[in-house]
Amino acid sequence: MEQAVEGEYRAFMTGNEAVAWAALAAGAHYMFGYPITPQNEIMHLWRRLGSQYERGFLQTEDELAAGFATIGAVVSGKVAFSATAGPGSVLFQEPLSMAEMMRLPVVVVVQQRGGPSTATVIYSQQELTLTCFGGNGEGLRLVYSTASHQELYDYTIKAFHNAWRYRFPTFVLGDGYQAKMREALVLYDPGERGIGPVPAKPIFHSQRRGAEKPLLHLRNSFSVEEELGEVLERHLDDYARAVPALVEHEFFGEPDGALLVVAHGVVGRAARQAVQELRREGRRVNYFRPITLRPFPEQALREALQLSGGSVLVAESAEGQLGNLVRLAASAEGLPDFRSYYRPGVGITAEEIKEAVLNERAVDAALLE
Amino acid sequence: MRSWKIIVSGEGGQGVQALAETLGRAAFQSGLNALYIPNFGIEQRGGVSLAFVQLSSGPIGAPKFRRADLVVALSPRSLRRSEQYFAPGTVLLYDSSLIEAPEISDQVVGQQSYETIAPESFAERTGYRERQDEAEIGSRRVIAIPASDLARQRLHPRVFNMIILGAVVSITGAVTLEQVKAALEEKLSHRFAHDPRLREHNHAALELGAAAVQVPLQI
Amino acid sequence: MSELSMPRCWNKDSKPHRFCPGCGHGLVLKALGLAVDELGLEERLVFACDIGCSLLAWDFFTFPCMQTHHGRTIPVAVGLKRASPDLVAVAYMGDGGGYSIGLQHLFSAALRSDPITAILVNNTVYAMTGGQMAPTTLPGQKTETTPFGREESDTGLPFKGPETLAAVVQPEAYLARGTVARVPLLKKMIKKALERQLQGSFAFVEALSTCPTNWRTSAADTWSFLEQRMSRYYRPGEIATAGREES
Repeated sequence: MEQAVEGEYRAFMTGNEAVAWAALAAGAHYMFGYPITPQNEIMHLWRRLGSQYERGFLQTEDELAAGFATIGAVVSGKVAFSATAGPGSVLFQEPLSMAEMMRLPVVVVVQQRGGPSTATVIYSQQELTLTCFGGNGEGLRLVYSTASHQELYDYTIKAFHNAWRYRFPTFVLGDGYQAKMREALVLYDPGERGIGPVPAKPIFHSQRRGAEKPLLHLRNSFSVEEELGEVLERHLDDYARAVPALVEHEFFGEPDGALLVVAHGVVGRAARQAVQELRREGRRVNYFRPITLRPFPEQALREALQLSGGSVLVAESAEGQLGNLVRLAASAEGLPDFRSYYRPGVGITAEEIKEAVLNERAVDAALLE
Repeated sequence: MRSWKIIVSGEGGQGVQALAETLGRAAFQSGLNALYIPNFGIEQRGGVSLAFVQLSSGPIGAPKFRRADLVVALSPRSLRRSEQYFAPGTVLLYDSSLIEAPEISDQVVGQQSYETIAPESFAERTGYRERQDEAEIGSRRVIAIPASDLARQRLHPRVFNMIILGAVVSITGAVTLEQVKAALEEKLSHRFAHDPRLREHNHAALELGAAAVQVPLQI
Repeated sequence: MSELSMPRCWNKDSKPHRFCPGCGHGLVLKALGLAVDELGLEERLVFACDIGCSLLAWDFFTFPCMQTHHGRTIPVAVGLKRASPDLVAVAYMGDGGGYSIGLQHLFSAALRSDPITAILVNNTVYAMTGGQMAPTTLPGQKTETTPFGREESDTGLPFKGPETLAAVVQPEAYLARGTVARVPLLKKMIKKALERQLQGSFAFVEALSTCPTNWRTSAADTWSFLEQRMSRYYRPGEIATAGREES
């Protein structure tokens, strides 16, 4: 398979293009896709470049087929992925539940659009809960929420690696804004940065009779509760053990903080900008952005809260999907002073977050001390 | 350099997105940080087309914003749509020849993101005079250039948006005309190779637009 | 090799198998096993099975087997085959999985002529879930959801899979209907279906089968339902594909 990205270079492109280039650079072998806005250009570019770099593509009959065909490809040991959004993500939950149960390294890029239902093709952050916990199970998934094209590129590559290393279905959670906007990023060959090839190997077909390991039969149906319980316990243990190595976040602030602004994904950009401006104006506001939503960086969030007087403002383009994760993580330290700026299905600007912070009368005085 | 938050708005077919992307690309190539995001919806073509562009020597935050430093409006309807982005100090650049929608032919493909004018815009082509009341618009500076007329009379209708882009270059000073030409080259070199006159027209349009604005502006 | 003996590629650790007494699945899987043995394909074969009774075959063979979801066995096989063309992919499903919930996948794979071998067991009922109507339930046949017999005015006519696919597949595809009443013939069909995959075309075999548990039939009645009623509606044999259209 030909190397798609050599050396490194700056580029000005859309987030969808960044994802396609990242999948090529990571050495992904096949993409199965079904059209849905706003992720289509991932397929378009992959299809065009794929023939140049010996990668496969199939436009399937629906999202179910895209998800299950991706499963078929990874079972045979090939790095494969898909991309979807909105109602497509809903359909994807079926194959993803199976991937979760059978520990299959399926990678899916989700470019969130407005919901519920078909709603808008534009933008939202309403697929957080679906992406983290959408299956009929325990949400044993890895979910990266990106905030820039550089992160889309970096974490798409990382998603392939960690999917195969930890064997949990892995997501890059973007949104319509990130999908369609253009900004600069540096494309690079992961190999030149010491990131080796994705550790992919056939999940069962190499383990035939006479091979070292016993032959393998994969199933996800169990006859008795206890049998399932044992399997799930193993998966949950594996997940818990992996958490410390997986969780990632971004924080900046000072120990004198009086309020912690928490946002993820593209809203994190607005929050960071707002907090930087507020800090320059002498206000004691700190900033926290979870990069992994699943597993959630709970410990880091609690530490950030301690530096911020136990007050938190969650901003998101959804009605509390991130807020609930923050509450849950923070509750171990007692209930924080919790505030929210929820704009379900609607973009959030830095100006709005600044206003939301300054409108919090209860904390305003403390912020200016 | 000061940072710029720019709204470009017009009818689908006027080349709004191409203008915005070229500006972003030119800034990127000059080493600045640039972010460009189109508004997009269900329609494949037509309707008001809106683009957000940010240019800065520092990091760029959220992709969209509420208060623009510069609003470029290329049709009456898009001007109304863009009013929400005005703040004290916002500069408005508009095409004074556009009481009617600009004439863009389906036969030519230039810097257009869509190839036809939106059906919706036809109803507003006649009998509507745009507001020119600066106070009402809420902008301190209004810059009008007859880009559509200039393009039609002196060059070619399809390079109308490049006249506007030339004006944006003069107003912002964020990028040079040479950088914009280089960005066009990257995007359109195969078309230019096929028809060198297209390159000439685009370059002439950029220069015409740049000269049409009094520089330097005190902004 | 005697056709009375167990195929070499059967996983003996999983025998006796889990199917009900009188169920036809074992015979279809025997035909498949013998075909794989004869072609010497064991080292390249991957077997994917649907949910429903077909899932009970999840560890049936010595080659890799995986269970999938209801109706989704074909896309799994398609993905596997596309990403790893050296493997031989068999998708094994029931009539509910193939003709109802997964029909769009069967149809689409046939349209694309994906080189996989799909084997569908037609026993006219949803068996594992307790005997509901299937797309293949015969007119007048009683099931849990057609307790007074299937009425075509309400639920339509039984679905004829290979005949329907014949209209859309490419001429090189293989379509056939066998029956567990004639395992040697069924084996020949499955063998052809595997060979056709090796030649790069889509191949589909429907196997008429039995479900005395849900039919609530004695051994004799089971056999006569299969041989008299089912075989009359669903004619066993190879089904000719439509020629390539001139355009």
